Amino acid sequence: MFRFIGRRLLVAIPTLLLVVTLAFFMMRAAPGSPFDTDRRLSPEIEKNVLAKYGMNKPISAQYVDYLVNVAHGDLGPSLKYKDKSVIEILRENYMVSLKLGGAAILLAALVGVSLGVLAAMRQNRSLDFGVMAVAILGVCIPTFVTAPLLVLVFASKLGWLPGAGWDGGALVNMVLPVTVLALPQIAIISRLTRAGMVEVLHSNYVRTARAKGLPEHRIVTRHALRAAILPLVSYLGPACAGLITGSLVVEKIFNLPGLGKFFVLSALQRDYTVVMGMVIFYAALILVLNLLADLLYAVLDPRVRLA
Amino acid sequence: MSTSLLVPGSRRGAQSMERAALKGRSLWDDARRRLMGNRGAVAGMVVLGLLVVAAIAGPQLTPYAYDQVNKTDVWFAPLQNGHLIGTDALGRDLLARLLMGLRVSLAIGLVATFVSLIIGVAWGAVAGFIGGRLDEIMMRFVDVLYSLPFIFFVILLMVTFGSNFILIFVAIGAVEWLTMSRIVRGQTLTLKHKEFVEAARAAGLRRGGIIVRHIVPNLLGPVVVYVTLTIPAVILAESFLSFLGLGVQPPMASLGTLIANGAQDMELAPWLLIFPSLVMIVTLMSFNFIGDGLRDAIDPKDR
Repeated sequence: MFRFIGRRLLVAIPTLLLVVTLAFFMMRAAPGSPFDTDRRLSPEIEKNVLAKYGMNKPISAQYVDYLVNVAHGDLGPSLKYKDKSVIEILRENYMVSLKLGGAAILLAALVGVSLGVLAAMRQNRSLDFGVMAVAILGVCIPTFVTAPLLVLVFASKLGWLPGAGWDGGALVNMVLPVTVLALPQIAIISRLTRAGMVEVLHSNYVRTARAKGLPEHRIVTRHALRAAILPLVSYLGPACAGLITGSLVVEKIFNLPGLGKFFVLSALQRDYTVVMGMVIFYAALILVLNLLADLLYAVLDPRVRLA
Repeated sequence: MSTSLLVPGSRRGAQSMERAALKGRSLWDDARRRLMGNRGAVAGMVVLGLLVVAAIAGPQLTPYAYDQVNKTDVWFAPLQNGHLIGTDALGRDLLARLLMGLRVSLAIGLVATFVSLIIGVAWGAVAGFIGGRLDEIMMRFVDVLYSLPFIFFVILLMVTFGSNFILIFVAIGAVEWLTMSRIVRGQTLTLKHKEFVEAARAAGLRRGGIIVRHIVPNLLGPVVVYVTLTIPAVILAESFLSFLGLGVQPPMASLGTLIANGAQDMELAPWLLIFPSLVMIVTLMSFNFIGDGLRDAIDPKDR
């Protein structure tokens, strides 16, 4: 197990290195600079500003400097937000995104698994078809369609929920964005759960449990569900990647002060260090989540041996 | 084939007649029959056919051009003054813009999928067939790329080089080839020990020739299925970029830009959001139904 973790962490290093390299050179290849303003800076001032951030050196030297800093956990200062380091910006904004994403994945798992189990127990009956129809719709309706539509109905027309804003993470403000983020995941999770349950419910050990005379709800919750949700664990990584992508749209539509909103803005403003810091952060997050998913899988399924 | 059958003198006509007489039920006949028996897939094909026709012919048939500004027709509701589904803030006819947007989105979906198809099939077939060290390196490379937060790189790419059409194709296509290469590699691994490959090798065909002539044609099944599922993913990705303001630039329209604009003005003019959203959903659903149907038809696992 520890050897497995160690090897995975070793593989993560070249991956992160590739991420940093790609992001660095793509940002630098972009026309425009973070110091472009309406007024042209005089050449002397521009030279001083560039020198301050070490950007007067050749690009290869800057790249090496950056790598060394990142290896020390220093993502540099923001080029746009004076007196703030990238780490500070990340720290100030990640809670909003984390709360949104966490709530969405919880909601998606709860609703998705319940729907999937119900559909599997009523296989080929109307409830099953209903759930699967909803699942197909959920996959096909993109976040940027559900978000404005829900705002239109529940905020503008009915006035039940606020259509935008964060308000320190108040529950009413979270309902719509979390629902929007969770919907596509609910669709996929309910499909996966149903497929897993249908297979497991026909297996021999479930038949044995039935023969023992266990009540159906015990069979489902104690015996079948545990095996049926295994595929979900390996879906955890892609699900989180999907949530991160979705959060870019959701944070924009609902005007939430999270990382996703920051990313696009910073990229457009050529705030090199902030953009790269966020890319590194997200890449590391995805790597860690994938590793956790694999470990969890091994814990839940005794047939899997990590080597 | 039907035209050549009508020309009895032609060699091709004679050949295909002979072949028709000898023909048994091939794998593809079986697949076609199963596909036609799948109501969802057939409905998807019909709807998609209509959408494609509308996207190709539609923009020429509307009375207004997609970028024609009509200062007197601002914010017209559907059916007002000959604008079938209304107008936007600049008085542009929504129907014309929607048909153009559909054309652009479908075109991007097809071309970017084609890019991913070429890269993915070539990469996967070479890695799977040659195997060994090279396979290891090539697939590890795919693994590394898989764990990148790709949407960020696409966003960076669009920001870096500005958005233009070709870049959108390349960026999205470059992201989508990974899964294709994995599928193709897996398929190639099982194919390469088949007798017909051995026969080709015995006949003196080189590795490149075997890959192109024998491996790739036999990959068709799973590849076709995956392509029909990639196209909607690509359309979605493009719309996502357009929604963030990084995709297709105005006055050109795509489904994503139309939905983004509609979302901004939805309080005043909900039709600007509703119609593009509906077209988007119907398009994605028809592709998904076809893809699911094809998978059931071609994948031998569930027979």
